[in-house]
Amino acid sequence: MAGEFAQQKKPIRWHIAVFLAPAVLVYTAVMIIPLFGTLQLSLFNAENQQRFFVGLDNFRKLFGDPRWSASFWNALWNNTWFFIIHMLVQNPIGIGLAALLSSPKLRFSAFYRTAIFIPTILSFVIVGFAWKLILSPLWGVAPNLLDLVGLKSLFTPWLGKEEYALTTLGLISVWQFVGIPMMLIYAALLSIPDEVIEAAEMDGITGMAQFWKIKLPLILPSIGIISILTFVGNFNAFDLIYSAQGALAGPNYSTDILGTFLYRTFFGFQLQTGDPYMGSAIASMMFLIILTGVCIYLFTIQTRLRRYQF
Amino acid sequence: MSRATASLPRTVGAHAALLAYTAIALFPVVVIVINSFKSRNAIFRTPLSPPTSETFDLIGYTMVLNQGDFFLYFQNSLIVTVASLFLVLLFGAMAAFALSEYRFRGNTLMGLYLALGIMIPIRLGTVAILQLMVASGLVNTLTALVLVYTAQGLPLAVFILSEFMKQVSDDLKNAGRIDGLSEYRIFFRLVLPLVRPSMATVAVFTMIPIWNDLWFPLILAPSEATKTITLGAQLFIGQYVTNWNAVLAALSLAILPVLVLYLIFSRQLIRGITSGAVK
Repeated sequence: MAGEFAQQKKPIRWHIAVFLAPAVLVYTAVMIIPLFGTLQLSLFNAENQQRFFVGLDNFRKLFGDPRWSASFWNALWNNTWFFIIHMLVQNPIGIGLAALLSSPKLRFSAFYRTAIFIPTILSFVIVGFAWKLILSPLWGVAPNLLDLVGLKSLFTPWLGKEEYALTTLGLISVWQFVGIPMMLIYAALLSIPDEVIEAAEMDGITGMAQFWKIKLPLILPSIGIISILTFVGNFNAFDLIYSAQGALAGPNYSTDILGTFLYRTFFGFQLQTGDPYMGSAIASMMFLIILTGVCIYLFTIQTRLRRYQF
Repeated sequence: MSRATASLPRTVGAHAALLAYTAIALFPVVVIVINSFKSRNAIFRTPLSPPTSETFDLIGYTMVLNQGDFFLYFQNSLIVTVASLFLVLLFGAMAAFALSEYRFRGNTLMGLYLALGIMIPIRLGTVAILQLMVASGLVNTLTALVLVYTAQGLPLAVFILSEFMKQVSDDLKNAGRIDGLSEYRIFFRLVLPLVRPSMATVAVFTMIPIWNDLWFPLILAPSEATKTITLGAQLFIGQYVTNWNAVLAALSLAILPVLVLYLIFSRQLIRGITSGAVK
């Protein structure tokens, strides 16, 4: 009772509002309102400069019109494959590197960490063009290298072939971002207390067995976070494909992902003019996909992963 | 104190694997940089060897510096990055302080609201952001980019900084209150200096995606006067695709500033990640 009474008499604490206002205002005005504005815009269309409400027509067009739906499913499938490559290649390599780096008394580990993280800080433009040059049959760096190990016959212009281009770009993206899972897992491994490791050693569990039986279960929550970060990053990707293959995501749309599809639809390309309403519809679908992924993570995966408190 | 895990073959194996991966990570960067200093013939004849006195040539660099307005682009990138960084750190720290210091109705809800932006990318709102910028006359200004990047950086900044601010001792703040400091002075004079290391971490995390972004400069500010270095490099390379000297030099010039910044801040970055705020 007394506490309640005291609280009622408290003056309004304006400083809380002052501290919160700038961040909340900018965030709401530039991020949240446009986000919902885009969702709303997907329910409209325009003719002769007149905007009118069309309900779900844009989505009906996106899924019903064979030209649109073919592009959409192509982009969605490519995007899913892009994500699968990251999950199968980037995250295991990142975990492996982190496990090596965290081995006790390893010398030069700061050097390795710094060097392996360098690609992550480079812009997509640099990464895209650098790999384009290296894989280019004109220059011949890649064939020369393969020649050194006697595998020259394997070389083809990977970025120019429909069946390889997307996988190649996925691997380039893996090359660029492997530093992030490496660092996060490394941090998680370092936070495992020595007592746990020593107890395992007492019981004769060392080396690989120690990694699989003791450390891996303890870092599962971090692996979960990495997976969802990879998911959000991949389904939002655009820059690498745009830098390496252009807005048309060639050859023959084989590297088209949702980000490039959104860009082309929104701004138009070649003969097609830009369409903000269909663009919004695609952005809304991306929003739904990412939201679904995040919800699955938050409500099923994260709650089942046990967090260990030391 | 010899541990069972430090046997010799194991150590050698670990170094071999790490060295191999380091080579993969650095190889493309090294190839680009060494070839940018070579003459055109040498680039094609011996792409894998470093420049010698005969093959050394700066023609690519002179071409880049004469052709594109790279100093202007660089300046634009610098202004956008520094201004957004300043606003993210200031506004983010203020909001983080409010959330971690005071108990008030809606505190948790506000925290969740601000954290939403960590998971949902701001790019999905692009269509409406462009309309907003057109309506307010901010298209093709650096202000538009600064606003967008501030909004983009805030969620993570608030999240990380409020974790750190919870660790600042209550006794210290209360001592300040007893001495008659206002809440604002407590924040600026006592708390901010104490969380400076974590601010540096947030700064690095915020800075890299802003400097490297291609999407928003391409959409909101593609005019000649407002191009950022990332967009400028993209267009320049697209135009001069067959001029290998110029392309390699432009790529090297674009790598350099980020690399220098990274090497300066890398200890801070790694300490920030490993200190547990992002776990």
